[in-house]
Amino acid sequence: MAKFRPLSRGVAVVGAGMSKFGAFPGKSTRDLFVEAFLEMRDSVDKGFNPAEVDALYIGNFSSDLFEGQGHTAPIMAEWVGLAPKPAVRVEDACASSGVALRQGILAIASGVADIVLVGGIEKMTDLPTAEVTDTLATASDMLYEIPAGFTFPGFYASMATSYMHKFGATPESFMKVGIKNHENGALNDKAQFGKTIRQVMDDKIAKSEARGLPIPVWENEIAFLQDARANPIIAWPMRLFDCSPISDGAAALLLVSEDLANKFSEDPLYILGTGQASDVALHERENLTGLRAAREAARQAYLMSGVTPADIQVAEVHDCFTIAEVIAIEDLGFFPEGEGYRAAETGVTGRTGEKPINTSGGLKSKGHPVGASGAGQVIEIWKQMRGLAGDRQVAGELEFGLTHNVGGTGGTCTVHIFGRR
Amino acid sequence: MDIPRHWRLRKQRYGLVGEVCESCNAKVFPPRDICPECGKEAKTLYTFSGHGEVYSYTTVFDAPAGFDETAPYTVAMIKLDEGPLVTAQLTDLENRKVEIGMPVEMVTRKLRNATDERGLLVYGYKFRPVMN
Ligand SMILES: [Zn+2]
Repeated sequence: MAKFRPLSRGVAVVGAGMSKFGAFPGKSTRDLFVEAFLEMRDSVDKGFNPAEVDALYIGNFSSDLFEGQGHTAPIMAEWVGLAPKPAVRVEDACASSGVALRQGILAIASGVADIVLVGGIEKMTDLPTAEVTDTLATASDMLYEIPAGFTFPGFYASMATSYMHKFGATPESFMKVGIKNHENGALNDKAQFGKTIRQVMDDKIAKSEARGLPIPVWENEIAFLQDARANPIIAWPMRLFDCSPISDGAAALLLVSEDLANKFSEDPLYILGTGQASDVALHERENLTGLRAAREAARQAYLMSGVTPADIQVAEVHDCFTIAEVIAIEDLGFFPEGEGYRAAETGVTGRTGEKPINTSGGLKSKGHPVGASGAGQVIEIWKQMRGLAGDRQVAGELEFGLTHNVGGTGGTCTVHIFGRR
Repeated sequence: MDIPRHWRLRKQRYGLVGEVCESCNAKVFPPRDICPECGKEAKTLYTFSGHGEVYSYTTVFDAPAGFDETAPYTVAMIKLDEGPLVTAQLTDLENRKVEIGMPVEMVTRKLRNATDERGLLVYGYKFRPVMN
């Protein structure tokens, strides 16, 4: 186990912004990052001067394969007016900007920087789906997993198979996670799918009516999600609506040292804990129903912050697939092992439940531009904790929030805990 | 550019050849010369029996290029009798229902169809149910 060392100097988030997530043929990565940067800039209560920023850490999985562009960090720095400040691209698959956030925190804690811009970018929709699948596959073991015919949905599906076998969950347990996250995403203007499952059903019915086709009849959302024509199997037991979409998007955060925080805001969001860990390829794991890297990253972040799982009032977890949310809420200690699958059904993880999870809609509904997802999660915590989340605002005074960002099948995980004081 | 990448792994892929750690006797797959159990050097080659059981599985309907002809197909994590897990496709299933714990054995088959003009077919291990 990693030794426990507190940060040498405190760090706060004083600005947060994101582009809309979705498919934007007319926008490049640069356009999306500028969009996120401008929203972040407007969110800084007392304003800031980009010339004061000491460094940029930007998460990006694969601009090389997605866009044919390498060496993206200096381009992003220049586009928002930061050059000649150092610009660092961080690649850890879908955890790229969770790790970029951590690198930004460590740069400030070390004393090398006082003000850091953290970003995340990904532009996935230029490629046809088959090539997106091939690009995402490079985040797993290309020598021993992919030649067997595994796919990313396949990896998470095999976790789901193992989970169902061990704990008695059913494919419907996972569908309920999707229903919940779509309900949240429908209240988020930045979400790729701003629709509940019920609205998706109504749209399909309306479309059939308009075309004079037979009108589909589904008793309820679950019946719709069980219909193989409406919701095809991708890798059993994961269906289309269990998978996060292919997305474009960007996110930006402004971090400053604790002693400078009040220069930017009277209500900064402090980083109370940061944790990161890694793990072997999925095929070498002893256990497929939990991510060792997530448990270890969480342990570090809880220890650093002195906060317990019970204290967390709002969390954004990495639901790249519905099964991933179930595993995440167990790894984070919110629910005992083998019981996380009941949470969406009983409503505990709903917006009005005891432990609201993925109020933004999660990656499932908000979208998953992989390199931007980790930084994007922080924006929801920022909004919730400042009372800016509108119709999806969690009630009450929020003191502690958490983000959980996973790369690949859990080869990398970061956990961050945020608080006001 | 693909060819040397697959050629290098011919022993592992055709014969399920890994390594055994002389210090703690752990069997290692894929081979990496350092024992994942005890951290000592492990360079002695070891041929796995090719017997194991299904640890978990999924049936892939939405297949990547090179695999689409055979979709839907079932891929699994196989727990080898000697300890390590490997990922492999299940074959010769006919109408058998796959279950966790099902005993399987290794066979060598074509893994992937040619997807480009270089016409590279990849062969390697798959697993089939043990007949009894
Ligand atoms: Zn050993």
